[in-house]
Amino acid sequence: MTLTKQHILDWLKACAAEFETHKDYLTDLDREIGDADHGLNMNRGFSKVMEKLQTFETQSIGGIMKGTGMTLMSSIGGASGPLYGTFFIRAATSAANAEELNLSGLLKMLEDGVAGIVMRGKAEPADKTMCDTWWPALEAGKQTANNGEGMQDALAAMAVAAEEGAKATIPLQARKGRASYLGERSIGHQDAGATSSMYMIKALKTVVTGG
Amino acid sequence: MKKLINNVEDVMKEQVEGLCLAHPELKLSEDPCYVYREDDRDTVALVSGGGSGHEPMHIGFIGEGMLRAACPGQVFSSPTPDQILECGKAVNTGKGVLLLIKNYTGDVLNFETAVELLHFEDIPVGSVTIDDDVAVKDSHYTAGRRGVGATVLIEKIVGAAAESGADLERLEVLARGLNNKSRSFGVALRACVVPAVGKPSFDLADDEIEFGVGIHGEPGIKRRKTGGVQSLVTDMLKELLGNTGYSRTVRSWNRREGNWDEAETRVEDFSAGDELIVMVNGMGATPASELYGAYREVHKGLAAAGFKVARNLVGNYCTALNMEGFSITLLKADAETLTFWDAPVNAPSLRWGQ
Repeated sequence: MTLTKQHILDWLKACAAEFETHKDYLTDLDREIGDADHGLNMNRGFSKVMEKLQTFETQSIGGIMKGTGMTLMSSIGGASGPLYGTFFIRAATSAANAEELNLSGLLKMLEDGVAGIVMRGKAEPADKTMCDTWWPALEAGKQTANNGEGMQDALAAMAVAAEEGAKATIPLQARKGRASYLGERSIGHQDAGATSSMYMIKALKTVVTGG
Repeated sequence: MKKLINNVEDVMKEQVEGLCLAHPELKLSEDPCYVYREDDRDTVALVSGGGSGHEPMHIGFIGEGMLRAACPGQVFSSPTPDQILECGKAVNTGKGVLLLIKNYTGDVLNFETAVELLHFEDIPVGSVTIDDDVAVKDSHYTAGRRGVGATVLIEKIVGAAAESGADLERLEVLARGLNNKSRSFGVALRACVVPAVGKPSFDLADDEIEFGVGIHGEPGIKRRKTGGVQSLVTDMLKELLGNTGYSRTVRSWNRREGNWDEAETRVEDFSAGDELIVMVNGMGATPASELYGAYREVHKGLAAAGFKVARNLVGNYCTALNMEGFSITLLKADAETLTFWDAPVNAPSLRWGQ
């Protein structure tokens, strides 16, 4: 199976719905060790993407991803705005003019996006960031692809790994961003960014597999 | 909470509108929001910005001999890359744009993103991140030293250099060098009240001072008893003059290859005999009488330690809303630095030599 333009548009709609549903939960996570606005910010960012979705519809996958990145960057704010914005803009470069992607194309696009987050935020494994969700998810996706399995299986494995990755941030001490100034007091809380990344990966799986 | 505001959401918007009404030579772009001055001379445009609440930094420093433009964010919240991108495009005259960034995670991420976006618009762009707050000791497990008062001095000096026709490479080297020669340390007698929060960011007893604060109302490194201003300044100078060998990874934009270069860089040592530009800076709610009283102690303390105060600045320049307290910034100056410092400047909140 291939990932079509329509899948990408549906994914963005599903992300917007996820953040609308979970905005209070994300903000509560952020209240513990941050500045209590992550859910509000993600919801505002993806609501803005929804407003502009019509103008993206005629474009290639790269065009949709770039438009989404620019919109998120100017509307989420704080540190998450440039991080998620960069994710989509870097992913756009990889997808370029494609109207559909096979599994390796999809993984490459997500990998380039995550490389953008790392380039911007300089995160390392176990720093307690959104990358602690993305890295295991990408690894699971590649593993599944290497075993010769298809896109649906890969995304299902990624969703499981993303959930585990987000949960695994709970015992970590933050070494990046505002939470890093809390030192050991950041231990025992699930990272808000790792959680919002988990919602995005699970939304992609749902859109492609239909459940 | 009593404040001279209408709605908390409109604080930033209404203050930039007021500024531009008071100083019609400054122009306002409402959406995306930035303040700039028109200047068709062929010089590098020096641009800064950051969360609002630190006024007059940065919007009060837009003027000949200092900033070309500034991008204000909401109170204590970074501006977004689209603001900085559109601002850079508007003020570039072909010689490029230099962005001065204060080292706070949000500011750094948003401004560095803007650097890349400007680059892809074929605008020559560079950035220098200022991190002068010696209250933060560790660069490995935190986001590093914060960017505070030295930003004012560096905006003035680099602004004068830009006015003199220096190119982008030259200005980047100058700004990075000045940053490594700068140190600041702040104290708070009373926390500020962020409009959207409505109550003080932290509580202090009547006889307590927060020692080593930043400019966003976050707590400092420790609390101490008030004592007199002499003993307080003595302790602050001890923090400022000690050579800690602080080093960290500094990023610079590689315009040829379109990516970031990283280099481990160390701040410069201070030693007796150095000439200094000294700023005694109010945090927003400190009377001028007390600032001059503090300056007296700073001046005498530096002289006793063998330093020469070459120039000084006393007043409210880099504030944290209505925080009561002050910071000391020291910048080690050579002859060229002093020439740029003395050069004319004509901004709403810094003006001399006209």
